[in-house]
Amino acid sequence: MTVALETKGLVKRFGGFTATDDVSFRLEQGARHALIGPNGAGKTTFINLLTGVLTPSGGQIFLEGADITRLRPEQRVRRGLARTFQINQLFPAMTPLETLALAVSERMGGGRDWWRVIGSKRGASDEVVEMAQRFRLTDVLDERTSHLPYGKQRLLEIAVAFACRPRVLLLDEPAAGVPEAERHELLAAVAALPRDVSVLLIEHDMDLVFSFADRISVLVNGAVFTEGSVDEVSTDPRVRAVYLGEKVDE
Amino acid sequence: MLTILFDGIAYGMLLFVLACGLAVTLGLMNFVNLAHGAFAMAGGYVMAVLMNRYGVPFLATLPLAFLVPAIVGLLLERTLYKHLYASSHLDQVLFSIGLVLMAVAATDYSMGSQQQLVRLPAWLQGRVELFGVQVGLYRSFIILVCGVLAVALQFALTKTRFGSRLRAAVDDPRIARGLGINVNAIFAVTFAVGSGIAGLGGALGSEILGLDPTFPLKFMIYFLIVVTVGGATSITGPFLASLILGIADVAGKYYVPSVGAFIIYTLMIAVLVLRPQGLFTLAR
Amino acid sequence: MQNVADHVATTLRRRGRWSAAEVIFWLVAAAPLFLLPERHLLLNEIAIVGLFALSLDLILGYAGIVSLGHAAFFGVGAYVAGLLAKNGIGDPVLGLAAAAFAATGLGFITSFLVLRGADLANLMVTLGVALVLGEIANRMAWLTGGADGLQGVSINPIFGIFEFDIFGTTAYAYSLIVTFILFVIARRIVVSPFGLSLRSIRDNSLRARAIGIPVNARLVAVYTLSAAYAGVAGALLAQTTQFVSLDVFAFHRSADVLLVLVIGGVGYLYGGLIGAVVFKILQDVLSAWTPQYWQFWIGLVLVILVLSGRERLADRGRALWASILGRSTAPVTQPTAVEES
Repeated sequence: MTVALETKGLVKRFGGFTATDDVSFRLEQGARHALIGPNGAGKTTFINLLTGVLTPSGGQIFLEGADITRLRPEQRVRRGLARTFQINQLFPAMTPLETLALAVSERMGGGRDWWRVIGSKRGASDEVVEMAQRFRLTDVLDERTSHLPYGKQRLLEIAVAFACRPRVLLLDEPAAGVPEAERHELLAAVAALPRDVSVLLIEHDMDLVFSFADRISVLVNGAVFTEGSVDEVSTDPRVRAVYLGEKVDE
Repeated sequence: MLTILFDGIAYGMLLFVLACGLAVTLGLMNFVNLAHGAFAMAGGYVMAVLMNRYGVPFLATLPLAFLVPAIVGLLLERTLYKHLYASSHLDQVLFSIGLVLMAVAATDYSMGSQQQLVRLPAWLQGRVELFGVQVGLYRSFIILVCGVLAVALQFALTKTRFGSRLRAAVDDPRIARGLGINVNAIFAVTFAVGSGIAGLGGALGSEILGLDPTFPLKFMIYFLIVVTVGGATSITGPFLASLILGIADVAGKYYVPSVGAFIIYTLMIAVLVLRPQGLFTLAR
Repeated sequence: MQNVADHVATTLRRRGRWSAAEVIFWLVAAAPLFLLPERHLLLNEIAIVGLFALSLDLILGYAGIVSLGHAAFFGVGAYVAGLLAKNGIGDPVLGLAAAAFAATGLGFITSFLVLRGADLANLMVTLGVALVLGEIANRMAWLTGGADGLQGVSINPIFGIFEFDIFGTTAYAYSLIVTFILFVIARRIVVSPFGLSLRSIRDNSLRARAIGIPVNARLVAVYTLSAAYAGVAGALLAQTTQFVSLDVFAFHRSADVLLVLVIGGVGYLYGGLIGAVVFKILQDVLSAWTPQYWQFWIGLVLVILVLSGRERLADRGRALWASILGRSTAPVTQPTAVEES
């Protein structure tokens, strides 16, 4: 089985502070892998390193075997690596329809197309519809993104990343801040992601983690504390201790 | 050559006094006030009118050259400016450009478009020999006054309660309010003082800089350069930047007149691109 | 769900079609050629300012790059066209092409200066560039005529047939047609994927990068295009007035075009044109009333416009415009600090 995403000795330092401490991590093809850890463990920093928003102080990143450590964020997306943000990063003045159409067009290489009306490329329109249906956005397609309820925004956040047809998808706390009433839609959409996409999920919501993930990695103080199957990690007393802030003998 | 240096220093310190209000509003209130030059112009005209029409002695006009723009600034801040603190920089620029247009036109209408001629008092005319160099009395006076102002400002900012309240209000207005600091009052006072000092600078420097309705537009770019190169988070940054700018401008015009302002504009662009926080700021 | 698919397809495609209101706009613009002969000189100026404002809209309204120095490209275009004509190559279309070429080059080179910047830095950098060019033009008085302006600009008839007359009829027709052609191109660009990507960069460049958009490359492209348009506008001025002065680089020219665009509304292409009409008519009326002091009233208009929340006004205006056009597209607004992030 090829490794979808891998890091070797990844390090990130901010001045004297080490945010990511020699992380060697593997995301298997088709995996449903969760990354958990107490607040401040460096989970989002790790995602930012993977996507190229931050430059590592050391180490390497491989996407399906290819070294992407030096690539810019947009180049990594083109190679098949997409992400969602912990705090929604959407286009407030655009509608979901426009947002999805844009993501689809970009992927189809239409971004450099300045002569044709957006959506006129064969299949683009159909893909937008498919995205909208998969992520339950069909009823809000024409509303300004800034006016959408938070749950729908969160769905759009995932839909936009998915519209890039990634082979690896990084979800940064997708359920964060979503009101109880809207959670079900979100969780269902995440669960329905196709198996040919390898997913790394950062989450605090243990229900989501247990129902979604096959493997869990625990990140503490920027380093991988432990890693294993859901059963192994959920029953590991040291993991509980780490979350509760107790000292642990390594 | 020392005379050039001396003139450059005088010019630079004048620029500092003129621009420090802008640096303060920008760095502290994050407001781009392109109309800042209009307050300087107002101070200059106050002095000119008092001296030419009412025969008021030069020194006596200076307090009013400070007060009038300060009061106008206070009024404008409380009525108009405060609505735009949260607006985009573009909106602030558009607003202040509008104000400048109004100020320039109004001044032209009421005072005429010619240069205001001001006769310096006798005790400021002439030169004196200092350490073997011929120095103008007028420029010495400017350096003295501006220097005192700079020191006073630095003292006020770093050593007084008002100064620390100001710095707190700038760092985080919400928390400052929570601590009981009257942020609105501080901003208002700071704006007023900044405008007043600019007015004082306009009055002091009218002999060197000239005084006509186009003053705010002519010198706007110099103020922006001072703030760009010096940064807007301290007094010392703009001070150093003004000195450099003043000396460079005077020396440039004397030694390489064909190149002129060209170098200064290019310097500004370079600083903006390479070190947007200014050459002299410490990393915050 | 067939109706969703239809809806999506139609909504997207609708952006490309010209609505009745737009067609009427251009017919109304062309009508004075036959109806108002005594106003052709003024209309020519309106067309030129409109094109200039349109060029600014491309970067400000669509890509979110603020500029206080767009006159740099306008001036370069004007001088190139003027110098070409003065030195024997009087063909106007050739002059336009040369001006566009020169402005494009300058635009490309300076685009890298505005890539990184926050709004404030860009305002000052663009201002600085325009001032530098103005200084250069001033210093090179042997070439540009300096403060006296470029004399001896003589333009041949267009295509050898249409001579420039003193009533400005040829001038207006010329400017209008050039503006129209460039407008059509711009209109296609803004509804294309490229155009939408610009708006996304403006709204959230972090997210734009995260869906694979090469942000810097796009910004360079649109800035260069905008410079070309501005250069053509400058060339039109040089050719139709047969004169170029240092004024083309002046700060007030950059400030005025910004004002024109803001009056008409940013981000829907027609704003520059409508703003040009309003601005020029205002200027004409106010100058007759108080010759030197019309600037005061323009300043006042600007102050009131900003204080009354130009974004909200523009939003309402655009919503009105969109409903006239029969569209429900959400137009671009710059997110204010208060709104969303």
